[in-house]
Amino acid sequence: MSSKPRKFKGGVHPNDSKALSETKPVQEAPLLEKYTLIVTQNIGAPPELVVQKGDTVKKGALLAKAGGFVSVPLHSPTSGTVTAVDKCPGPAGVRVPAIEITADEEDEWGSPFEPIADWQNADPDMLRQRVADAGIVGMGGAGFPAHVKLTPPPDKPIDTLLLNGAECEPYLTADHRLMVEQAEDIVRGAAILKRVFGLETAIIGVEDNKPDAIAKLKEIAEPYGIQVQNLRVNYPQGAERQLIYALTGREVPIGGLPMDVGCAVQNVASAAAVTEAVIKGRPSIERIVTVTGEPLVEPGNWRFRIGTPVSKAIELAGGVTVQPAKLLLGGPMMGIAQKSLDVTIMKNTSGILLIPTEQVSQYSSEPCIRCGRCVECCPMRILPATISQAVENERFDLAEELNVLACIECGSCSYVCPSHRPLNQHFKRAKAEIAAKRQKG
Amino acid sequence: MSEAEKPTVRLPVAEELIVSTSPHIRGRENIPKIMIQVLIALLPAAIAAVWFFGLHALRVLALCTIGCIAVEVVWNAVAKRPTDTWKDGSAAITGVLLAMNLSAGAPWWICLLGSLLAIGLGKQIFGGLGFNPFNPALVARVALLIGFPQLMTTWVLPRPGVMTGLDALTGATPLALTAGEIAQQPNILSDLFFGNVGGCLGETSALALILGGLFLLARKLIKWQVPAAFIGTVALISGIVNYFNPEITAPPLYHVLAGGLLIGAFFMATDMVTSPMTTLGALLFGFGCGLITSVIRIWGGYPEGVSFSILFMNALTPLIDRCTIGKPFGYVRPQKEE
Repeated sequence: MSSKPRKFKGGVHPNDSKALSETKPVQEAPLLEKYTLIVTQNIGAPPELVVQKGDTVKKGALLAKAGGFVSVPLHSPTSGTVTAVDKCPGPAGVRVPAIEITADEEDEWGSPFEPIADWQNADPDMLRQRVADAGIVGMGGAGFPAHVKLTPPPDKPIDTLLLNGAECEPYLTADHRLMVEQAEDIVRGAAILKRVFGLETAIIGVEDNKPDAIAKLKEIAEPYGIQVQNLRVNYPQGAERQLIYALTGREVPIGGLPMDVGCAVQNVASAAAVTEAVIKGRPSIERIVTVTGEPLVEPGNWRFRIGTPVSKAIELAGGVTVQPAKLLLGGPMMGIAQKSLDVTIMKNTSGILLIPTEQVSQYSSEPCIRCGRCVECCPMRILPATISQAVENERFDLAEELNVLACIECGSCSYVCPSHRPLNQHFKRAKAEIAAKRQKG
Repeated sequence: MSEAEKPTVRLPVAEELIVSTSPHIRGRENIPKIMIQVLIALLPAAIAAVWFFGLHALRVLALCTIGCIAVEVVWNAVAKRPTDTWKDGSAAITGVLLAMNLSAGAPWWICLLGSLLAIGLGKQIFGGLGFNPFNPALVARVALLIGFPQLMTTWVLPRPGVMTGLDALTGATPLALTAGEIAQQPNILSDLFFGNVGGCLGETSALALILGGLFLLARKLIKWQVPAAFIGTVALISGIVNYFNPEITAPPLYHVLAGGLLIGAFFMATDMVTSPMTTLGALLFGFGCGLITSVIRIWGGYPEGVSFSILFMNALTPLIDRCTIGKPFGYVRPQKEE
């Protein structure tokens, strides 16, 4: 495969700030006394609890079963006792149902399933079921149940499997470290997914700013018949639609899914989790998280159990030297600002980012000078400036006509706007208004 | 880590954390930065104007710039709107561009009246920066041209390096010369290129304007499609007409270098507020400007058509933007209902 980087049209080039943590090897986070697991860590139906307060559980034991097809089970991050079934601060700012596990310090495995040693010859349905049982979600941030993507309807056959190793968000290096340190797990995970779809090949897409990861993956991927393709450094290269376009030239229709163009996309961390589930027989209970930001003493990458409070992660990174103004789960372009340090790490938490006061962007509604920068950078080729004016005039019908629903909320337009207009914020509002209107009928 | 090294800053409590929607970082660009760079791009042309027309050019530049800023401040004060908008730099650009459209011999009241027309009629009446449909400096130029045709079409002859005094001689703009008159001036092209010609401040040195234009292009402050299509169209049409009938019009290079084409194509037609946002739209806009300029220059009653062409295309900008939106990524044609 050529080394000319693949790309999409549009995008922005924020300072990636990855140097803070990209060379820091993944460290194991020490075992905590308590873990607070948010029950719903996935898009779709909330899982149903199968344990009660007072139950003792092993590491990997089932805590909640999938609440439907588009749902995933939840497993215990360590062995211990269920000490509370209550509510805790959720990532969206409201309190959500959670389970508290108090560790017994034995950290003894009690996985609900066995390794599938002969996965190369295993039945694809069995592998698909294992992914579902292991509770794997899209670990890049979306949290979409992985097994659902492995189960396309018969009229939408999958001919291309893509692995997303772009990691285009500034600051985040969790996937980068994973690709360098666990390339084998990713490649084997890709091979398992390939088998599920009955495909001959798969493509791993990685941005050019991670040459060590590309080299490492290439070295390992070849015998498995898996290609590694470098991508031009350009935000939002890791957005699913932009990744598919860059790697295959196909455009996922507005409102459609990758399966509509015969593609299945999984994050590289999800692929590594598939390897854990199938080859090692372990459910999804941990992940690599980048804990970073200028205020931290020692930014880095850690392997955390899910349910680890953010405050503990910040402690591991040495605490702060200046007061951060914002705490984000995820990267600075699409991450979610948090109100509480008690929020806990979930399966889709790729980063914990602290932003100092001077970097917090303030948005004001200064007039648009029609410079066209937003139009140039929009990866969905819509007209952010025009839509934003429609929203300011509360013309949501016009916003809809101008395809605001195609917006992927990557935030590129807000990033480049010299008038500092809250473009992305306008589009979120327009989408909510349009959805509310549709619901009313 | 030892106790001594531990940071003493405590973690923020919930109330101290700012919560807002993504994105959480922003590029370093802002409006004053853009405007200052445009002013820098205008600097070579302004220096050339002072070199060829002396301190009178500086007087016109200063009067127009200060005039435009003053009008904006007073207008906003009267309208009870924030009076610090002049700090964004756009009023200063309008002032400099207005001066570029005037002769070094323009009386003080023309400069001030022009400022009032540009900022008042051209910009503030529509709601200020971002809302004006027409290029403010050109609104003023055309209004003055219609109101004071005599004053606005007589030009001071250049006196390179002579700072004080004004040449009493006034002459016609090079564009008004006939083919026969051009033939009598062997140095005319190099004079046009370096700026040793009569005209308004911004119509003299092609070299200075091109330098400024290249700076704008390099800084990505203007779309290359606009000047390329504008100048290209004028060169093409004048070239074809000149080839078939040299009596009607001058050769294309002459058309490109003389008059207000370069300042219009690089600095006026590219005004962000009044030109299309789409790439295809910018091409169409430049082409339209070039077409109208050529028609006016070759067959029209005025020797120069750049200002009219840009104003006309300004009016078409919303339509051009609307027609050139293009299809979004992943667009699906709606199914026709049976």
